[in-house]
Amino acid sequence: MPETSRRHLLLGGAAVSAGALLTACTSNEPKNQTPAAGSAPAPGTDDKPGTPVTIGFAGPQADHGWLNAINDNAQQRAKKYADVTLEITEGSNETAAQIGQVQTLINKKVDVLVILPADGKALTQVGLQAMNAGIPVVNLDRVFASPQAYRCWIGGDNYGMGLNAGRFIGEQLKDKPNATVIELAGMDSLELTRQRTQGFDDALKNYPNIRKVARQAADFTVESGQAKMAQLLQAQPKFDALWNHDDDQGVGALRAIAQAGRKDFLMVGGAGAKSAMDAIKADDGVLKATVLYPPTMAASAIDLARALAQKKGIGGMAELEIPASITLYSAVVTKDNVDEYLPTGFS
Amino acid sequence: MTLTTPAKAPAEDSRWRALGIRADVRNLSLLGVLAVLVTVGGLTRPAEFLATSNLQLVLTQASVIGVVTVGMTFVITSGGIDLSVGAIVALASVWATTLATQEFGFAGILFTAVAVGVGCGLVNGVLIAYGGMVPFIATLAMLASARGLALQITDGRTQIVTVDAVLDLGVPDAYVLGIPPLVLVFAAVTAAGWLLLNRTTFGRRTVAVGGNPEAARLAGIDVRRQRLLLYVLSGLCCGIAAFLLIVLAGSGQNTNGNLYELDAIAAAIIGGTLLSGGRGTIVGSVLGVLVFTTITNIFALNNLQSDVQQIAKGAIIVAAVLVQRRSARDSDT
Repeated sequence: MPETSRRHLLLGGAAVSAGALLTACTSNEPKNQTPAAGSAPAPGTDDKPGTPVTIGFAGPQADHGWLNAINDNAQQRAKKYADVTLEITEGSNETAAQIGQVQTLINKKVDVLVILPADGKALTQVGLQAMNAGIPVVNLDRVFASPQAYRCWIGGDNYGMGLNAGRFIGEQLKDKPNATVIELAGMDSLELTRQRTQGFDDALKNYPNIRKVARQAADFTVESGQAKMAQLLQAQPKFDALWNHDDDQGVGALRAIAQAGRKDFLMVGGAGAKSAMDAIKADDGVLKATVLYPPTMAASAIDLARALAQKKGIGGMAELEIPASITLYSAVVTKDNVDEYLPTGFS
Repeated sequence: MTLTTPAKAPAEDSRWRALGIRADVRNLSLLGVLAVLVTVGGLTRPAEFLATSNLQLVLTQASVIGVVTVGMTFVITSGGIDLSVGAIVALASVWATTLATQEFGFAGILFTAVAVGVGCGLVNGVLIAYGGMVPFIATLAMLASARGLALQITDGRTQIVTVDAVLDLGVPDAYVLGIPPLVLVFAAVTAAGWLLLNRTTFGRRTVAVGGNPEAARLAGIDVRRQRLLLYVLSGLCCGIAAFLLIVLAGSGQNTNGNLYELDAIAAAIIGGTLLSGGRGTIVGSVLGVLVFTTITNIFALNNLQSDVQQIAKGAIIVAAVLVQRRSARDSDT
């Protein structure tokens, strides 16, 4: 008996973690494993149909590539499971509208809720309402103000993005005396932008030969990326590396760099857009890497929601319950590993 | 032109007035502001600010919003307002960069951008001139629906342009005698706008409608048709601006043209165009745009952050309007 459940746990774990990265990936594991005997809850989740689950999904308006990819990932993942029904609301950036949508899902008595709030703090109350109504909440990415408002949080690591971008640049430039870097940040009104910058600065502290000489904030848009990068290129006639927080504004930044005819530095992007990965693979410009903030987290959120409803834990972990919070890793995609990540790139 | 209310210019201007160029005291004060800014830029970052490439950049960055502001100046002069310019730029830019449009290359993109701009302007114009809607409301509705449509067309995605003939317009190889093509378009639109406002019946009618619509009607002007044409003109400018933006950013995105309406109104107002209508100056508007673009440039060169830039922009608007009120009072008495 202990043998069986241990094996099951490991196989299930392999299936879940393999699937977590590649949305379209289906498990290679043999399907004829018998579950742990009886009606006792299985310790780890897997692909096999279980109790039918209705998952309510509420997210912000998909007004740019990353959020669009979030919706796609959630929908594709839900389709993969025969036992999952997805109730998806229309995205909204308006707090009141999103609260109303979540309340509708609560009234429909969905089994689990996945909420990506447009504004985490503002949606906290409705998260509490759901939890109090006995509906577990998976809080996706933008975190609620109170841990009572969600059962499990899964999201990206903005500080880690900055840290890993800084480390990558640091390793490239560590032997270059008096190296200089510049930063094209995202929207300064968002806390996540400050976290990315903080991580970047902290990483650079390990490389005393590198100095950050300029930082400008853009608005995460192509237009702002082009405009701010064009200014930065004028302001800094010479520098060694550039970290750009976001691949969407990176499309504009790369235009500005091409228009200025500059090739004398290396650039690291952020988020993991397909266009950025294509450029890294082609290796014919300044863009050498991008730090991930993967939209596959939405697919993982569906996995977690399903596991919660079926009262399972995460396969591959000793815990019987799913953890309270999961922070994704901000991997650095370079020419060497780009093929592995290309399927997750969004456009 | 009895229906206009020109500021009384000092007597020594009469020779210029004979040539038809009124050295408006407001424009002079804006030129002063610009001179101060150039001095500040030159002193703080002499090597970078006065570099040819930087001056080319400042003018390029002024081009897109500058073209929009020329159209906006006409609308405000007629006593109206166009809040939809940014959204029209967004819609025109995403429509012109769909894969279907890109198949037709340069001409396809240019034609679509302009056609969408004119189309949106036409809808605005019909609603306002013949539907009797207040410009504020009609263009606010256009703002919302054009942005919504832009989002629907792109599905939130960034549409990257692959037509080389379009992209090549933005690189230094395309510069004519050191002037970027975008700046040439901006200059042409400015010149055309100045001629249209100051030298044609259309311009005089625009001022007349803004000054006193009832008097204009009694004077035989078809006020409704005039209003319709003005919003079409503003839409046309948005279409041209959208094309320039496509050249510049190499893509269409539903977030394009964000807050252009506020920038264009601010530039026109500090340029000396009356928000209540009846007086407009193209030269002033263009100077207003240049002031804002130069500030942004100087701040970026000195690595000041965007929060400081915003505060400074607000301060400049207040200061410029206060100076103008004073000089207007002085020259009127």
